[in-house]
Order: sequence, then C-alpha cells, then structure tokens
Amino acid sequence: MGDAVGAILLASVTLYAVLGGADFGGGLWDLLAGTTARGRAPRDLIDESITPVWEANHVWLVFDLVIFWTAFPRAFASVMTALALPIWLAVGGIVLRGTGFAFRKEITRVSLQRVAGAAFAFSSLVTPFFMGTVVGAIATGAVPADASHASLAAWTSPTALLSGFVFVAACGYLAAVYLVVEAGRRGDRSMRAYFTRRAQGAAVVAGALSLAALFEVQNSDPAFFNRLTGRALPLVVLAGVCGLADLALLTAGRTKGVRAVAALGVAAVIWGWGVAQYPVLLPRTAVTLTNAGATQATFVALVVVAIAAVILVVPSFALLYTLQGRHLLGGGEQGTPPAAGPRRSTGLPSAAHAEPPPPNHRPGSASRGVALGLVAIAAIARRRSPR
Amino acid sequence: MHANGMVLLAAAQGSTQDVPARAQMATTLGFHIILACFGIALPSIVLLAEFIGLRRGNQTAMLLARRWSQVMGVLVAVGAVTGTVLSFEMGLLWPGLMRQYGSVLGVPFGVEGLFFFLEAIFAGIYLWGWRRLPGWAHWWSGVPIAVSGIFGAISVIAVNAWMNTPGGFTERNGRITSVDVWQVFFPRSAIYEMPHMVLAAYMVAGFAVASVYAVGILRGRRDRYHYTGFALGFVPAAILTPFQIFVGDTAARAIAHDQPVKFAAMEYVTQTSRQVPEWLAGVYVNGHIYAGIKIPYLDSLLVGFGPGTKVTGWDSVPPADRPPVVWLIHLSFDVMVGLGSLLLLVGLWAAWTWWRRRRWPRPLLFWLLGAVSGLAAIVAMECGWVVTEEGRQPWVVYGLQTTAQAATTNGGVLTSLSIVIVVYGVIGAATIAILLMLSRRWRRDDRDDDPVPYGPPSALADRPASQVKP
Repeated sequence: MGDAVGAILLASVTLYAVLGGADFGGGLWDLLAGTTARGRAPRDLIDESITPVWEANHVWLVFDLVIFWTAFPRAFASVMTALALPIWLAVGGIVLRGTGFAFRKEITRVSLQRVAGAAFAFSSLVTPFFMGTVVGAIATGAVPADASHASLAAWTSPTALLSGFVFVAACGYLAAVYLVVEAGRRGDRSMRAYFTRRAQGAAVVAGALSLAALFEVQNSDPAFFNRLTGRALPLVVLAGVCGLADLALLTAGRTKGVRAVAALGVAAVIWGWGVAQYPVLLPRTAVTLTNAGATQATFVALVVVAIAAVILVVPSFALLYTLQGRHLLGGGEQGTPPAAGPRRSTGLPSAAHAEPPPPNHRPGSASRGVALGLVAIAAIARRRSPR
Repeated sequence: MHANGMVLLAAAQGSTQDVPARAQMATTLGFHIILACFGIALPSIVLLAEFIGLRRGNQTAMLLARRWSQVMGVLVAVGAVTGTVLSFEMGLLWPGLMRQYGSVLGVPFGVEGLFFFLEAIFAGIYLWGWRRLPGWAHWWSGVPIAVSGIFGAISVIAVNAWMNTPGGFTERNGRITSVDVWQVFFPRSAIYEMPHMVLAAYMVAGFAVASVYAVGILRGRRDRYHYTGFALGFVPAAILTPFQIFVGDTAARAIAHDQPVKFAAMEYVTQTSRQVPEWLAGVYVNGHIYAGIKIPYLDSLLVGFGPGTKVTGWDSVPPADRPPVVWLIHLSFDVMVGLGSLLLLVGLWAAWTWWRRRRWPRPLLFWLLGAVSGLAAIVAMECGWVVTEEGRQPWVVYGLQTTAQAATTNGGVLTSLSIVIVVYGVIGAATIAILLMLSRRWRRDDRDDDPVPYGPPSALADRPASQVKP
C-alpha cells in the first residue's frame, strides 16, 4: 500500500510540475518580455492563458503536501526541518506570485501595475528554483532520517543548485510550448514565432542543464547515477527523446502534439527520479515508503481520496481546460461577450460554437499524466498483491 | 552567511521556538481565516444575487453579482496563497506534531484537498465565465464553489476538532499503530465546531457585504443599488445569527465537559465547585479579578440548568497544564458573545420593523450598527479562534502533545515572524486598497451610466466593450 501511495504522490507531483510549473514559466517569460510597450503582446497572452487556471493548478501543490505528510510523516517532518530555508523562500515566492498576479489585474495605474507585475514575475523565477533545490537535496540524500536543525549544505550542493536551475528551465520550456499552441489557436502568427524561439531556447537550456546535472551526479553520487542509468534508463531516454522530438517539431513549425510531448518529457524526468530511488524515500537513510510513519488505514484512506480525485477532480479539470480552450473564460466581470471583443480579430463567435476542441490541448496532458500515474499504481499494486 | 551560526543557536535553544511559532501561526491563521470566510460564504451570496438577477430579471442584483464576483476573484487569490502558507507552516513550524500525528490528522486534510480542487476549478470557470457562458449555465458553474466551500471548511475544522478532542487512533511506544478514519474525521467536538465555523463564515461575509452598503447609505446614496446590496448581505447573515448563538451556547456547554480547563479559563472558574458565578468582563491577575461584573450562580445555571451544577475549575490540573493567559481567553470569549448578541439585536430590529411596516428601520443608529456589523462579525470570529486556540494551551493535541513538543527545533522563527508581519501587512493593505479602488471605479461608471437625456439608448449597451483594458 505504501508503494501505491508513493505512486499517487509522484503522480500528483508530476501534475503540479506540468500544470503549475507552466504557470511559473509564464511568469518567467513575463519577466523577460522587456519594456512595457514591447512586452505588451506576450504579457497579454500569458495573462489570458494563466488567469482562469492558475489557482486550480496551484492546488496540486497543496494536495502534494497533504499526501506527503499524511503518508510519510517522519520524512515530511525531516524535510521540513532540514530544508526549512529554501522552503520558506519558495513559500514567500508563492505568496508574492499569487498576490502580485491577482493585484496587477485590478490595478489601473501603470506604475503600480509594474510593481505588482515585478513581484509576480520575479517570484515566478525564484519559486521553482528553490523547489528544485529542495528536490535536489532530497534526491542526493542530504536529508537525514530525523533532522533536528536546518542545513545550508543540504541544498547548496552542486547537484541541488543545478536541479534548481533545471526546474526553472523546465518551467520556462513548458510555458513556452503551451503558449506556442495558444498563440497558434488564436491565429497570432507573431506570438507563435515569438514563443517558438523561446521554447527552442528553453529546450536547449533545460537539456544542457539536465545533462550537466547527470554528469554531476555521476561524480558525486555514483550509486544514484547507476540506478538512474540502470532501471530508470528507459525513462531517462524517454525524457531525452521527448525533448529532441519537441525541438524537431517546433523547428518544423508543427504544433500538433507538442504540448503533450513536452509534458511527457518532464513527467519522464520526475518518474525517472522516483524509479531510481524506489523504494527509499530519503536516500542514504533507512526511511522507505513503508516505514515513514503511516498505518495501513491511512494508506487506504489516501487511496480512496485519490480515487475520489480521479472521479471528481479530473472531469472538472477537463471542463475547465475545455472551456478555456474554447475561449469561453474571458476577462471576468469587466470582460466582454466574445462577439464584442474589439482587440480580437479572429472569428471568436464561431470559435465558441463551431470549432471542435483541438485534439491535443491541456486536458490531453492532464489526463495523460493521470493515466500514467494510474498505470504505475496498477502495475505496482499487481506486483505487490500476490503476497 | 550566518546560517551556520543560526543552526548552532537553534541547537542550543531546543524547542523554545514555540512562542514565536505560535505568534506566527496566529498571525497567518488570523489573516487567512478572514479570507477563508469569504471563500466559504461569499460565493453563496453572489449566487443569491445572480439568482435574483436571472429569475426576476433584476438588473441591480445582476450588476451586484458581477461586481462581487470581481471582489471574490481578488479574495480567492489572496486566500489561496495564504492558505498554502498555512499548509507549509504545518511542517515548517510544527514538525513535531506532523512527525507524530501527521498520518492521523492528514486524512481530513486530504478530503479538504478534494474540495479545494473543486472550489478552485469552478471559481476559475465562474469568475472568468461572466458574459461568455449562458446565464443559467454560468449560475450552475458557481454552485460547486459554494458547496465545496462548506465541505472544505468542515474538513479543516475536523482537524481542529480532533486537536481539541483527539481520538480514533492507537499509539504504542510512541508510534501510531492503527487509525480509525471515521472517528478522526468526526471527533466528539466536531458536532459543534463544524456548524459554528460555517455559520461564522456566513455571518462574516454577509455582514461585511452589508456594511459596505450601509456606509454608502449613510453617505446619502439612498438608492436601489445600495439597499439591494445591503439586503443581500444582511438578510442571510441576520437569519443565521440566532442559529449561531444556539450552536455557540451548545458548544460552550459541551466544552465544559470535553475540555474543562479551557472552559474554566473562559469563565474564570478557579476551583471546581457548585453555585459558580458568571463573570462579565474583568481581568484576572494573580488570583484577583479586576473590573468584572459578578452574577451569582449564573455559570452553574448555564452549564447545567441549575445553580447546584458542579463546574470543573482549573485547579483540577497542575499549573503547568493550564493556559498561560486566562484573561485573554475570558475577554475574547466575552467579546465574541457580546458582539454576537449585538448582531442578533440588529437583526431583530430589522425583522421587527419589517414585520410592522414592511421597510428598513430609519434611525441613524440602525445604519451605524449596520456599517460596523462586518467588522463586529470579523472581531467576534477572531475572538472565537483566540478562545479555542489559547484555551487549548499548553497542548497542541489536547492532553497528548504540548505545543513546545510540536514546535520546530530550528532557530530563526522570530525572523520569519517579522517578515510575515511585514508581508501580510502589505498584502492586507493592498487588498483593501484594491477593493476601495474597485468601489471608486464602479461609482464613476455609475455616474457615467446616468442616461443621457437625448442620447441613443443603445450607447449604454456598447459601453462595456470599450472597457476591456482601461
């Protein structure tokens, strides 16, 4: 049962990464969009793509935390103690990101808009970085079994810092790929080209950083490297293939399926990490998925919660993304009925009714992530059940 | 970097971080709980307005619903992030609690996660679907927000109720060996804590909405728009107030049994005895109660409906197991009860006038009370949290784990506390400033909307389109 809950945790971490991560990436491109005049078009596109969905995507983080502390309380307490500083910094980033984003929308004075926008954009950069250092610190075994004090060395190792940068690059990559498709759907050629260039750049940077991290792990933690290139090799290869495939598709100007491939690549990295360290929860300690503090009843309750999430939450997400994909979620109270949108030149009224939902939009990646998680849970459960 | 120094300092201090950690938890929870109230109850009020707007073609109610949902958008966003802070703080400030009981109290949090999902997803649809989704479809997209708000609140309160009356698990050699999920979700105190908080949320949101329009009415804006806005907030809140007082009264009686020391602190019961007097106000210092009004026998009467009822005093436990600041608990309790009663009277006043004359009361006093009712509801709700949280001290899990055992062994909580106070101060001020700004913008819009005497009527209908991004 511990294994099943571990898979559920990894599945919801994956969903947070491919959905919430893209929202952080949007903030990153907002940060890099340049001066007010030049950055208007990309910022508007980012804003419209993130607005209705970021809160729902953000809930995955809360869900991850709850599963973590409920299923593996000992490990949770240790991580929260040993890595308190980067976690606090990430929390600060989350607060500034959310409030900055929400406030910017309502403010009309440009100078204040800039302040709120800067808070949103800058914290979109630092939050994934510190989250990455936390994951890097856990993966390198820098968290002891029963930590009683915070450790600076734990998350400032080269691997942990590299992992922070990989997170930032991956967020930027996901966001740029999603925005390419979004711009394409709106018929905005210049924005499509704009984000294609950025998606390619981010793909190269994320790939290079991942390779650097891999080499660093080879030196600093050969055992982990062997598992990454051993039983986790198919996933590592899959991640690389997805990255290259996306690069090729974007270069060829094809957008069909790029989002799903990008999300799959990121998911493969996360599952590669999970498979490489299975069944150990905190590497270099004896803390595993089964002995980190929870009882069987708790595991069963969490599996029930996860099933309820699949039944209730997944269709709701599908509805949200479908409505967003059809441009039925607009500017809210101040928004306009689609027919009257003055700045939109593409035939939106028809988009609301006639246009079928594009086959590979975000529900695709979401349901793929969930499906991936479920398959893994089923596989592990089947392997465990004969006992 | 002084981090190494901080680490050494932390090791020397041990778990003496519990006082700053409590202060930080109080700050962040006290801030978030106001937003949580709006998150739980405001959707219902907005839906009520939209329902009236759709059903009766009431354009004023419709306009209010649209504007309130913009307010809701701001409050939900700030509430989502401040709620996330609390989730992290469970581990960052209270690793001892999570290490020991995370697998027990995590179960209701997991259920809460589901409702939080539904709330956030449908908030995305409802808030941004205005004017794009057809009328009733849009209304129905808001219903899951209201429903999951209530159930999400119930799930979180289940955790707090469990901390007050823990049960549903067995602990052997300091380890949890089995968990009864049902009992964890519905501990003894759940039956009164859950409705008490949900009703409090509705009172806070309702009276707060009413106050905004009462202020407008006091400033002379006596129009249909303001009276409708006032009524949509005031009526539900005033109707729920008597129920809240009944639940609160039941809760107090139950606490006398479930957590006698907390009750003793609430009512200044120094010794276990019969014929216990009730103290109204008063500050307890070193065995004396200053400036209090003593009503003989009343406490015994309230607890057991007879002057001979025995009430457990705080002398039943050693001094180390008593809450540290009893006067704060007692005064908070009195303020909560006092403000609740005041709100009941305001509601009764309105009901009486409506019954006799079919209109709102005219005296200035009523509208002044209406204008402060939102603040009063918020203060009463915060006082209630002070009572339940301070009254449980020194325990974090009543009778099982002390707050000091639960607190982080890391140093630097004073630093994070200072940063939290500054950041939350800025966020709170910015939130209020933005709501005031929205209100000014709408007032300007309304002035511009005044029908142009000889203008074409269709000019009105086109106006919003030109205002996508001002």
